[in-house]
Amino acid sequence: MKNELIKPQGLVKNANRRQFLRTGTLSVAAAGLLLVGCNDDEDMMPPMDGGVMLGSGDIGILNYAYALEQLEAAFYATVIKGGYFANASAEEKQVLGDVEKHERAHKEFFKAALGSAAIADLEVDFSSINFGDRMSVLTAAKTFEDLGVAAYNGAGQFIEDVNYLVIAGKIVSVEARHAAAIRDLINPGSADFAGDDLIDANGLERTLNFSQVLTAASTYVTTPIDFSQLPTA
Amino acid sequence: MNLLNLLDKMCPETSSPEEKDMFFSRREAFRQFGDMGKKVAMAAVPLGLLSALPKVAKADTASLIGVLNFALTLEHLEYRYYQMGIESGVIAGADAAIFNKIRDHELAHVNFLSEVISSVLKGTPVSEPAFDFTAGGNFSPFTDYPTFLALSQAFEDTGVRAYKGQAGNVMENDVVLTAALSIHSVEARHASMVRRLRTKKGQDTVKGWITNGSIGTLPAATQAIYTGEENVTHGGVNVVNLTGIDAGAVSEGWDEPLNKDQVLGIASLFLA
Repeated sequence: MKNELIKPQGLVKNANRRQFLRTGTLSVAAAGLLLVGCNDDEDMMPPMDGGVMLGSGDIGILNYAYALEQLEAAFYATVIKGGYFANASAEEKQVLGDVEKHERAHKEFFKAALGSAAIADLEVDFSSINFGDRMSVLTAAKTFEDLGVAAYNGAGQFIEDVNYLVIAGKIVSVEARHAAAIRDLINPGSADFAGDDLIDANGLERTLNFSQVLTAASTYVTTPIDFSQLPTA
Repeated sequence: MNLLNLLDKMCPETSSPEEKDMFFSRREAFRQFGDMGKKVAMAAVPLGLLSALPKVAKADTASLIGVLNFALTLEHLEYRYYQMGIESGVIAGADAAIFNKIRDHELAHVNFLSEVISSVLKGTPVSEPAFDFTAGGNFSPFTDYPTFLALSQAFEDTGVRAYKGQAGNVMENDVVLTAALSIHSVEARHASMVRRLRTKKGQDTVKGWITNGSIGTLPAATQAIYTGEENVTHGGVNVVNLTGIDAGAVSEGWDEPLNKDQVLGIASLFLA
C-alpha cells in the first residue's frame, strides 16, 4: 500500500506551479488573482494543458470528491467487464457488483450537484492492474477504498457548509464498509477489515491530505489535477 | 489520524510563555517521533502529553464536551459489550480475531475520548453506565452466539449513525471533527464486517451496507436503528431518478445520520 503513495505523475506539474506561487513574494490576494487567471495562462503554463482545476472552497472539495469518485467508478466499470469478475464467486460478484453501482451513483451525484462547476471527465490509466486476476483486482480495490476513506476523513475539516459535511459523512462510511468487505475477501476472518496498517493505537483511522491523496491517485489518473486553490485552513 | 496534525491544530491559548514553550517543544518531540516513522509508538504515547495544552482553539468547549461525552457513552456500551462477550466464551473461536480487534478499538475509543475530554477540554468524562444487554430479559447475547452477533450489528450500525449525526455539532473544531470522522469510519468497518459475518453464517441476508432501511432478521426492537436509511435524495438530488440505478443500491450508497435523542432512545434499551 505505502509504495503506491509515492508515484507522482501529473502532480509534479502542480507542485511546480505551487512552488512558483510560494517562492514569489505575492500577497495572498495577488496569488488568488493569478490562480483565477489560470485558465487563461495555459500558454504560459503548458503543463496545465488538458488538466483540471478543482477550484476553491467547498466547490473545490466537492470537485476533489468528484475526482476520486470518477476514479473509483471507472475502476469498477472495468472490473465488472473483466475476466476475473466473469468467473468470480457469487459472494465476490455481489460485493463488487454492488460497489460498482454505489461508486457510479456517487460519481453521478457529485456531477449533478456541482453542475457547471464540475471538473471535466478525468482520463484514467489502469494498465498496472490485471483485470483477469483476482488478487490484482482486489488489491487495487482495497487501495481505492482505503484511499477514499482517508481522503474524506482528511477533507472534512475544510468543509464550510454543514450540509456538504453531512453528505460527505454519508458517503465516507459506505466507502469504509466497502473497504472492510474487500479486505475480508482478501484475508477472510482476519482482523484486516480494520487493520493496524490504517488504525492507530487510539482507534483512529488514518487521514490523508489533498496532496497525499492526489499523488496516490496520480498512479491511475493521467489528467493533471490542480488542487492549489483548495483550502489550507 | 496522525497526532502530529492534531497537535498542529491545537493552539496554545494561554498567555503564559512557559506553557507555550512547553507546547512547542513537545510538538517538536512528536515531529522527531514522526521522522523515525514510529507511527504506532507515537500514537500510543501522546495523550498524557496533551495535558500541556490548555485549550483547543475556536469552539465552544462546553458544547464539545457534551458531544464527546455522548460519544463516550456509546463507546462505553460497545466496549463493555465486547469485553463481556469475549469473557463469556460465546464467540466462536474462528471469529476471535475479529471481535478481539473490535473490542480493542472500542477500548481505545473510550480511552481517547476520556483523555480528550479531561486533558484537552478540561471537562469531566462520563463514567461508565450500568448496562443490561439482555434488555430486560429479552436477549441472551452471552449464551447465544447469533444473538451476540445480531446485537453487535445493531450497536455498530447505531454508532455509525450517531457519529455522523454529530459531525455538524463539532465542525467548528477541526481537531475534534477529524478525530470524530476517524472513529466514524472505524465503526463503519466494524459494521460491515459483522453484517457480512452474520450472512456468511446463514443468520441473515444483509450485506456490508444497509439496503432500504431493512432490519433483516434483527429483532423488531431494532427498527429505529435503520429507519431513514432508505433515503435516496441527497442535497436535493434524487439519485435514483438521476442515475436509473435501483433504489436498493442507491440507498446502500449513502448512510444516514441519527440525532442524539434518536440514538439515546436506542441505547436506553440497554441501560440498566
